[in-house]
Amino acid sequence: MSVRVASAELLARAAAGNLGAAARLISRAEAGAAEARPALAEAYRRAGRAHVVGITGVPGSGKSTLVGRLTHALRATGAKVAVVAIDPSSPYSGGSILGDRVRMSDLATDPGVFIRSMATRGATGGMARAALDAADVLDVAGFDSVIIETVGVGQDEVEIAKASHTTVVVSAPGLGDEIQAIKAGILEIADIHVVSKCDRPDANRTLTDLKLMLALGTADDAPDAWRVPVVGTSAITGEGIENLVDCIQRHRTAVPSDARAARARRIAAFRLEKTAENLLLERFQARFRTHETDRIESLAARSIDPYSTAIDLLNRTLHGGHVHEPLA
Amino acid sequence: MATNPIRVLLAKVGLDGHDRGVKVVARALRDAGMDVIYTGLHRSPEEVVTAAVQEDVDVLGVSLLSGVQMTVFPRILKLLKERGADDMIVVAGGVMPDEDAAALREMGVAAILLQDTPPQEIVDTLRRLVEARGER
Ligand SMILES: Nc1nc2c(ncn2[C@@H]2O[C@H](COP(=O)(O)OP(=O)(O)OP(=O)(O)O)[C@@H](O)[C@H]2O)c(=O)[nH]1
Ligand SMILES: [Mg+2]
Repeated sequence: MSVRVASAELLARAAAGNLGAAARLISRAEAGAAEARPALAEAYRRAGRAHVVGITGVPGSGKSTLVGRLTHALRATGAKVAVVAIDPSSPYSGGSILGDRVRMSDLATDPGVFIRSMATRGATGGMARAALDAADVLDVAGFDSVIIETVGVGQDEVEIAKASHTTVVVSAPGLGDEIQAIKAGILEIADIHVVSKCDRPDANRTLTDLKLMLALGTADDAPDAWRVPVVGTSAITGEGIENLVDCIQRHRTAVPSDARAARARRIAAFRLEKTAENLLLERFQARFRTHETDRIESLAARSIDPYSTAIDLLNRTLHGGHVHEPLA
Repeated sequence: MATNPIRVLLAKVGLDGHDRGVKVVARALRDAGMDVIYTGLHRSPEEVVTAAVQEDVDVLGVSLLSGVQMTVFPRILKLLKERGADDMIVVAGGVMPDEDAAALREMGVAAILLQDTPPQEIVDTLRRLVEARGER
């Protein structure tokens, strides 16, 4: 691709299986390029076939290693698997070191596997802004499963549960007494719980504790309600990986169709909310950087106040033309 | 303006077994605001090129100490071309004799950054190369 290829053409090539074109279109989504928006909109309309699986858990819990194993096992069923692996950007430089891929290196040349690393670039919630655009593009490119590995979550970083069909929460033994998922406030978002590193002797206790916690919390006794399974896995022995694949597939097919439709609406609502938020933020920041420097002086001197200045700025951001037009 | 940070994939090809140098470079590039994808030790040219295409990096940095540069780089350049990714900037790191460096430059390797190149010089070189390539 030595000449600049239009995004619509990239999408057409991606749909025909050209992974380099898919990769380039994902880069344009990351850049928030206005030129790419119609192609990404088209990708959204055409997507919807792939099963989007979110993998989350505290830092170091074994997410990437598990994604590698899971991808292998899904490949063995004949599925094509794409992975979007998210790591944090440095708040100081804006740069990042994206290392998840190192844990998936034995998949490196399988043509049925596509791995893309993404930095958060200041997005909160454990996701990158373009992660869902990437999932659409990869769906259109023919991948049956799209696995999204979030950054190691802390408090309140639960966006993945609003964006995926199946959410897997990973906890590892030996990271302190408390169950990490509870501490991080992510116990409730799991469709499936994984206790990783089950080759370690202290894993049994984590498994027991987690099952106990879930039993205490069970309020939904509807006969067809999904019962959240707890799966112990080890990347070293391979224990539990088949079981996890089975749970993921059951969660996709066993959920009753009205519940599935409700989830699809929830995912769509979240997508709309995030898209609007991102467009607004982008426009706001561009305006802020280029037009507000003179106000800062007065604000610092306290001759104007932040509230009326902000409202004025927001008004001008919203009414100063269409969002897709290049900013003056 | 819609722009991404400069995106770099760093790989170690060959048998030599430590990656301290690559990690120092990775940190320097991150601190200069770049996204750095690190792929680990002992990668083959096929693995490196597949990863670089999927990650759509601006720069593919390959470091080696094991004296295999005259087989590794021609192979990487050939694979990139086959996959339509010949706009990718390939940079070599490590140790090699002057005549090999000259031959690699002739072949299309954009820069040779020998061991002990100061991090700031690496940062500056990558910025210059990406700037010269322009939008894509
Ligand atoms: N013993 C054992 N160690 C494991 C297992 N899975 C992962 N690890 C180790 O746990 C550490 C963290 O693994 P990762 O897969 O990088 O964890 P992660 O959750 O992706 O980490 P971040 O992306 O940094 O949040 C590594 O040192 C792995 O080798 C396992 O099943 N058993
Ligand atoms: Mg990881």
